[in-house]
Amino acid sequence: MPETLNKASAGAAETPAVTPVPVAAEKPRSLWSDAWRDLRRNPVFVISAVLIVFLLVVAAFPGLFTSVDPDHADLGKHYLGVPSYSHFFQEDWFGYDVQGRSIFARVLFGARASIIVGVCVTLFVTLLGGLVGMLAGYFGGWFDSLLSRITDVFFGIPLLLGAIVVLNAFTHRTIWTVVLALGILGWTQLARVMRGSVLTVKQADYVQAAKALGAGTGRIMFRHILPNAIAPVIVVATIALGGYIAAEATLSFLGIGLPPSTVSWGNDISSGQTVIRTAPHVLFFPSAMLSLTVLAFIMLGDAVRDALDPKLR
Amino acid sequence: MRGATSAKWVAGAAIIALAATACGGGKDSTDNSGAAADPAGVFSYQSSEPQHPIQPANVMETGGGRITDVLFSKLVDFDPKSGAIENVVADSIKQDDASHYTIKVKQGWTFHNGEKVTAKSFVDAWNWGANAKNAQQNASWFSDIKGYDEVHPEKGDPKSDKMSGLSTPDDYTIKVELANPAPYWTYKLGYSAFSPLPSVFYTNPKKYGEEPIGNGPYQFVKWNHNQDFLTKAYDKYAGADKPKNGGVDFKFYTTSEAAYKDTVSNNLDVLDQVAPSGMATYHQDLGKRAVDAPQNSIQTIAVAAYSPTIKGLKDRGKFMQGISMAIDRDTITKTVLQGSRTPATGFVPPAVKGYSADACGEFCKYNPTKAKELVTEAGGANATISVLYNADGGHKEWVTAVCSNITQATGVKCESDSKADFKTTLDVRTNKKVQSFYRSGWVQDYPLNANFLKDLYGTTAAGNEGGYSNKTFDDLTGKADKAASLDESVKLYQDAEKSLYADMPAIPLWYYKTNAGYSANVKNVTYDTFGKPVFTAVEVLKK
Amino acid sequence: MGRYVARRLLQMIPVFIGTTLLIFLMVYSLPGDPVRALWGDRPADPQAMARLRHEYWFDRPVLAQYWHYLSNVVTGDFGTSFVTGRKVIDVMAETFPVTVRLALVAFAVEVVVGLSLGLLAGLNRGKTWDKLVLVITLLLISIPIFVLGFIFQTIFADQLGWVTPTVQNSDDISQLILPGVVLGSLSFAYIARLSRTSLAENLRADYIRTAIAKGLPRRRVVGVHLMRNSLIPVVTFLGTDLGALMGGAIVTEGIFNVHGIGNTLYRSINQSDNATVVGIVTILVIVYLLSSLLVDLLYAALDPRIRYA
Repeated sequence: MPETLNKASAGAAETPAVTPVPVAAEKPRSLWSDAWRDLRRNPVFVISAVLIVFLLVVAAFPGLFTSVDPDHADLGKHYLGVPSYSHFFQEDWFGYDVQGRSIFARVLFGARASIIVGVCVTLFVTLLGGLVGMLAGYFGGWFDSLLSRITDVFFGIPLLLGAIVVLNAFTHRTIWTVVLALGILGWTQLARVMRGSVLTVKQADYVQAAKALGAGTGRIMFRHILPNAIAPVIVVATIALGGYIAAEATLSFLGIGLPPSTVSWGNDISSGQTVIRTAPHVLFFPSAMLSLTVLAFIMLGDAVRDALDPKLR
Repeated sequence: MRGATSAKWVAGAAIIALAATACGGGKDSTDNSGAAADPAGVFSYQSSEPQHPIQPANVMETGGGRITDVLFSKLVDFDPKSGAIENVVADSIKQDDASHYTIKVKQGWTFHNGEKVTAKSFVDAWNWGANAKNAQQNASWFSDIKGYDEVHPEKGDPKSDKMSGLSTPDDYTIKVELANPAPYWTYKLGYSAFSPLPSVFYTNPKKYGEEPIGNGPYQFVKWNHNQDFLTKAYDKYAGADKPKNGGVDFKFYTTSEAAYKDTVSNNLDVLDQVAPSGMATYHQDLGKRAVDAPQNSIQTIAVAAYSPTIKGLKDRGKFMQGISMAIDRDTITKTVLQGSRTPATGFVPPAVKGYSADACGEFCKYNPTKAKELVTEAGGANATISVLYNADGGHKEWVTAVCSNITQATGVKCESDSKADFKTTLDVRTNKKVQSFYRSGWVQDYPLNANFLKDLYGTTAAGNEGGYSNKTFDDLTGKADKAASLDESVKLYQDAEKSLYADMPAIPLWYYKTNAGYSANVKNVTYDTFGKPVFTAVEVLKK
Repeated sequence: MGRYVARRLLQMIPVFIGTTLLIFLMVYSLPGDPVRALWGDRPADPQAMARLRHEYWFDRPVLAQYWHYLSNVVTGDFGTSFVTGRKVIDVMAETFPVTVRLALVAFAVEVVVGLSLGLLAGLNRGKTWDKLVLVITLLLISIPIFVLGFIFQTIFADQLGWVTPTVQNSDDISQLILPGVVLGSLSFAYIARLSRTSLAENLRADYIRTAIAKGLPRRRVVGVHLMRNSLIPVVTFLGTDLGALMGGAIVTEGIFNVHGIGNTLYRSINQSDNATVVGIVTILVIVYLLSSLLVDLLYAALDPRIRYA
């Protein structure tokens, strides 16, 4: 029953003088610990979490899985060398790229840049966009107008174009400039989704009830509205995460993403596309890793959202 | 198990998609030579939106350049195959001495609006193009002519609107006096800046630029901005190379990939250059309609002589030679560049007058052992170098390959230093901030060795951005410019080229090739040494 | 309602000024000398450069340039490109209709296919259809758009021969379908997943159960009660997406050789062609502002609890 929990939490939001809730021996479990209990039992969560942990380990310590230097090139011997699928974890497992470098090694070493871009940009935009959207939706009035207009200014600049301008402005590009560019321009989408979501939730009975009971603004926002309004934000954010990794690849394709000396899936996908017809494996492996990563994060997002959403109980 | 199933699906679908793309091609591969031609047929050609209105003295990039080339006929042109200079509108060009020329203009030529082409059509156009007030990009092409500094002073307004070195004793004669001797000046007359202009041009040059009127084999029909530029054959064309087709439709493409796809599917007739992704398969895709021709342009990596890294070397010449020998040109052109270039053997490409075979000798041959020795002797074994290039020009792969060659052969650390676009690298170059090397290159203006040498490596040359200085070279080119005859000048320039290999202002890498092709709708498509198709010879097949 | 709309329209003025200033400064701060770059690898002519700079106000302080630009825009003059010497308004008149058509096709694909897939998945949560939609959307999201465009081009043009590989005539809507699908693919995945989540959630709401309990036909429950309430986040997204589609078409326009604003804008950014960039982005911002106003009005229509004073 969705209402039970909301009522209960609204009740827990009391000022003791008003609603004397029996302080039971059992401390009421918080939403988050409930969520955690749910998550552990969810196979989708377990699989995606294992995948993500694996990817993070690869990103942090690629050297654990291969001793091959991802920058070592041997054009004469290995130009576009085909994969040897039986050579597990060896240099030529996934074949060689246009420069005669081991794709296996590059895919492992490339995880770091791509995951940093995806995760950091998503964190950045979720926090900033979520906060702005929440404040705008909750307070409404002139404050909403102001924040919404600021959002408008940023949103008016299309992501890819803004990124081109921002990135072109840096003479030395690093992973962090890419994160910054995608972040500055990406937060508005989440702000709008959050605002829309908050606008609906704000009208709900349990929020009105909590207000009537005199709960503080912060408490209403983070305890009552946030958990109920976060679902669409998480959906958009987890999809966006994959989108940002792909956007990094697109920027590299346009020649303005990560510096070419950085090993990243994006760079490798963009250089692989010139030989897509003769040597599709060069494009395939970094693309597959990208898809796998996106898959893992979307599944995680789905699971977390289900667990966090009290209405689904 | 939602995750596991999905992952399988993803992998499966991606493999199908990739497999589907991998087996394209294999279409019919006839070269259409047997089919009948339609003299009124119009064919399309891969082009790009011209940057400026069509004014010959202002056209510099390829898009506008190719269009200008078919709209205008100049005094001279070059043979598509051999690059030999030929008279077109000129009846004769007589060199009285190194700095005096008498040009006779052929009678019977007309502009597309019926106006006669006379000596005045040329001289007025040149004076207008040189005039500082008109801010034409190609103005410096007229700088050899006496009186140029009057119409185009370094600063301020021009003192005259006519160059004193130009005169027209009669309607069909041009007398030219040059400020400094230049025995090869006639070659410059083949450049688009020297096109004639009709008198209607001067009434409103800007409007004219939108609807240009020339004297060439094709006349203007319609310019759909950002889409195409349509021309038709000019029926009163007086040249020997009368168009064998009804016109050219310059179709604008922003990516070579799209143009390539269109040619393979017969939606575009003549390609300018095969896209990188089509390089490996275009011979299969187009069969006999694939074209592979030499082009007179070169790619190099030039050295910034002013940079601390380079200045700190014991012997720059040896270092440069060593680096040059560390590069495996054969392998890189065959692999990373997919056969789109041929290894360079000197600073001057083969189809240029004055080309000397194997001028660079062993210094342009791959020899890792010798490379290491030379670099060590030069005191550069622990150096770190970088190659500056623009990321928007498709240079990434070869720069990476060259760098890993250098590091593997000599131990010198080599990094690729990429900037987002061309103008950013240009800024670094003009402000003399290059760390050690930069990507450079040269496309011929005219097929003569001087064009590849003088403007790039002379101590005071404007194109010498690396700050290179070689006294022998300067002396020899100075002498060559004063030579009495063209042949003597060419010879002296060959000597000057030889002197460059002692300390190498740049490392010659490879010469470009024209990798192109045509659709099943046309035949007889050939390309000249500028990489442009011989438009007038193209025949369109009867439908 | 009328006053609300009027207020929103008035608020567009500061947004308009803010955005144009921001873009103007951004383009101005791009590295590289745009006038020098006109000469490419060849030596430039200082005289001609100085004349160009003067003619196009480049030799004045940036704020003066901006003021000059803005005061011209107010009178309807969007300026002249220093590269092509053409009126920006002419360039926009050629390219905008093309991109608008492309974006509308993408938008239609997105709404029709995205919503149906979302509906399919949301109503069958956890079943095969749901998983299938998850996989499709996942693929669309994780494949970079240039790879997707290339794959679609190869399959539908080269292999199946249904369409020409590039757009031959952008007036022909049927030719814009393939690029439209590619352009809309990412947003389409968002919409499918957003509507799925929203539907699945609302399916459990009391009013739906009440509606079912009342004995309303399923079609009416889903079509009226469920859809109406589930569409809010989707509408939010759609409203902001039209502008993004128009501005985000760079890669798609390149692959399919569509001569719209994406290409023009990309080229103009590379050339630091301020007048063209600011002109185009300004129009994009106006499109965005209007569509976001429309979204807010739609909220009120969709959810009777939301009211605007």
